[in-house]
Amino acid sequence: MLAKFIHFITRTENRISVSSSVLAIISGLLFGLIIMIITNPLESIPAFFTIIFSGFTDIGRVLEIATPIILTGLSVGFAFKTGLFNIGAAGQLMVGAIAAIYVGVEWTFLPSSIHWLIALLAAGVAGAFWGAIPGFLKAYRNVHEVVATIMMNYIGLYFVSYMVEYRLYDLENARSLTVKESAIIPYYGLDKLFGRGDVNFGFIISLISVLIIFIILSKTTFGYQLKAVGYNKDASKYAGINEKNGIVLAMVISGLLAGLAGATIFLTGVSGRHLETTEVLVSEGFDGIPVALIGLSHPFGILFSALFIGLLEQGGFYMQGFNFAPEIIDIITSSIIYFSALVILFKGFIVKLYKKNNMKDVKG
Amino acid sequence: MEHVIEMLNITKEFPGVKANDNVTLQIKRGEIHALLGENGAGKSTLMSILFGLYQPDNGIIKVNGETVKISNPNDANDLGIGMVHQHFKLVHNFTVAENIVLGQEETKKGLLHLDEAIEKILYLSNRYKLKVNPNSYIQDISVGMQQRVEILKMLYRDAEILIFDEPTAVLTPQEIEELMKIMKEFAAEGKSIILITHKLNEIKNVADRCTVLRKGRGIGTVNVDDVSLETMAEMMVGRKVTFKVNKKAPRMGDEVFRVENLYLQSANSERMQLNNINFNVRRGEIVCIAGIEGNGQTELIKTITGLTPHKKGKLFLEGKEITHYSIRKKTMAGIGHIPEDRHKHGLVLDYNLAENLILQTYFEPQFQKFGFLKFSSIYTNARALIEEYDIRCGKGPYSIVRSMSGGNQQKAIIAREMDREPDLLIAVQPTRGLDVGAIEYIHKQLLSHRDNGKAVLLVSLELDEVMNVSDRILVMYEGELVANVLPEETNENELGLYMAGSKRGEVHVS
Ligand SMILES: Nc1ncnc2c1ncn2[C@@H]1O[C@H](COP(=O)(O)OP(=O)(O)OP(=O)(O)O)[C@@H](O)[C@H]1O
Ligand SMILES: [Mg+2]
Repeated sequence: MLAKFIHFITRTENRISVSSSVLAIISGLLFGLIIMIITNPLESIPAFFTIIFSGFTDIGRVLEIATPIILTGLSVGFAFKTGLFNIGAAGQLMVGAIAAIYVGVEWTFLPSSIHWLIALLAAGVAGAFWGAIPGFLKAYRNVHEVVATIMMNYIGLYFVSYMVEYRLYDLENARSLTVKESAIIPYYGLDKLFGRGDVNFGFIISLISVLIIFIILSKTTFGYQLKAVGYNKDASKYAGINEKNGIVLAMVISGLLAGLAGATIFLTGVSGRHLETTEVLVSEGFDGIPVALIGLSHPFGILFSALFIGLLEQGGFYMQGFNFAPEIIDIITSSIIYFSALVILFKGFIVKLYKKNNMKDVKG
Repeated sequence: MEHVIEMLNITKEFPGVKANDNVTLQIKRGEIHALLGENGAGKSTLMSILFGLYQPDNGIIKVNGETVKISNPNDANDLGIGMVHQHFKLVHNFTVAENIVLGQEETKKGLLHLDEAIEKILYLSNRYKLKVNPNSYIQDISVGMQQRVEILKMLYRDAEILIFDEPTAVLTPQEIEELMKIMKEFAAEGKSIILITHKLNEIKNVADRCTVLRKGRGIGTVNVDDVSLETMAEMMVGRKVTFKVNKKAPRMGDEVFRVENLYLQSANSERMQLNNINFNVRRGEIVCIAGIEGNGQTELIKTITGLTPHKKGKLFLEGKEITHYSIRKKTMAGIGHIPEDRHKHGLVLDYNLAENLILQTYFEPQFQKFGFLKFSSIYTNARALIEEYDIRCGKGPYSIVRSMSGGNQQKAIIAREMDREPDLLIAVQPTRGLDVGAIEYIHKQLLSHRDNGKAVLLVSLELDEVMNVSDRILVMYEGELVANVLPEETNENELGLYMAGSKRGEVHVS
């Protein structure tokens, strides 16, 4: 029976992908459970169910958490499809964020109906620019993108701290200034629809991005070229594809997505998040990596893995009802996330395991 | 206990194709056993099963009379089975010795300990005259040398049953001769050898028996001495095969392509890799560049097609200078290119067949509109080519190219390049790895291309092919053209002298 089910879901490559993602998540959860049992054996089981299921009562918050990491997940995943490892989503996100805040605070001359939109676009452009630099270095100077994007992360980080401290500083609250009312991403009733939480139009933007990236990758000549370069650079050259252009464009799009993520986080009101001067990279930037890994770089996979992580983080919030220190909760949620991502790296192994089980059943 | 290996009633199915269908293969101790079959007949699959890479759906394997289960290559090693794959599996930035011990490293206090291994490697390479330097890096040594490393790898593991999957496809005639000698030596020592090859005369030369597969089925096993080449070919493809191509006299027209004073300097030395190359190709003509591997043929083609940039010399297509055209512009201007290294340049292995068949033309109106791919015409195109060129693969246009058999991958490239009907078709060893039936077919295609008034520039290491197909032969030696002869006016001996550099002829653009 089980073997039949396994056979069913392993029939095509897609099913293998979906099932290996699911298996990765399950093993991540089990790993989390072990940590819970070690740290608080008595309450571990109820806490375990809380972390998985309580998020469902709070869809609004889950979507709010998921919005930026869908975008950074897409950023990492898109680059990955074209053979590039973009570790720089965090930096691109922050540069995007500061551009959005700058426009949101300073460009009051804009008509209020499009103020937020321009701020959002500014974030995209800034992120794209930040991604383009390592793209150029890779394409024309053969500098490895991992090195370049890490460096750009730090340059971006200090640039942003400077901007916050000297240009956009809110002295009273020791943080970046709040953007004008007109620059806040509108809600269009989404906050009411999903209840508690701060779901705004940013979520819709992330969904649209998923769809656009999906179309680019699977339906267009542009995506065909980019993937060809990612799979086999030499063959692409043989085929007359300009692989240098491809690399730069892929990094531009990747950076643009990360930049948009920055806008969706920081174009909010007084009670929302603000940039601090403490000089840390925003964590959503790095979350893009496990999101993309668990989602196997497929846009739809990324959407679902981002939602899963949103669910998990919100569940972690409710775990505070049990006797777990907040730090431990953080450790648990990130262990689950990163363990799942790790398992994906062994996807080939999982596939093999499936096939073996399958085979035994055929014989027995 | 007569047989060392028995594979009984093996069946293995992949999505859409039965790669092995109730196949039985029995190997005696000390014999050289050939495995013959068309491209995609299931030879590599059968051997991968014996080596533990795939599990059969049905059937049993016996080693020395005992039923065994071979779950992975380590099990195969333990049973004394070794394999040299069709596409080598070496780590390029490791040394020869590191590659050989990989998986069986001796460690002392957690550190890799290579001294004894190197001693054993040197001993083995002396004994079997497999010259290698254990400390060279794989990326720096020739393909023939890499193969020796693969052979040493088997010997290092004390393998008694040696599987060679198309070992001669990548070797020069001299290297092939050496390999055959070594195989005979192995057999004389009591080792058993399974040899996959498409070259029937190699089977005739070394093999004792031969098992023939056709479309996954076992057709039979014969004693090689009892049958003729023709019979073997017929068993394999199921019809008569003509070995001599039927060539009409060429009807040559104007010049299509010309190379003038082409030079290429080696990247890291003063040496000239190409030294003042001049030649032309006319409509309706097949010009063949012959030579021993490594005398500049690869560089010449890469320079012409634009894969390697060059500074000195000019290229003309149809009278127009194309020296500085981009690769795409050259392709569009009418050059087709069947590349030497099909995995590196010819294919995107993770794309499916249909996607690979539009590699240079995906942006043409036929396949896209407003930047969106027209899938229905992409797949129609693929189906037509599959049909026309008899490309065999499990899931038709949807087959991931990586999963296709080596010969069918080659056919896919040929189909793509010939279908564009280029004015100049550059074909580098187009029949490497193809079965006799497919070779016959490709030769016919090359000829009909030329008969349609197009030009063909063929690079080949096989003298048979050179003599049979070409209308004119250019011989390359150390980066220079040393002869320009007609096949009717020369013979294999004379070509051999040119190729070895001991004779020079007149070379002038006709
Ligand atoms: N991993 C795989 N997945 C799906 N199909 C496969 C796989 N490996 C082989 N096949 C299919 O099985 C058939 C037999 O392939 P195999 O590689 O054994 O042929 P072969 O006899 O070695 O041919 P060649 O002479 O061209 O190397 C082919 O149709 C091939 O497409
Ligand atoms: Mg094969």
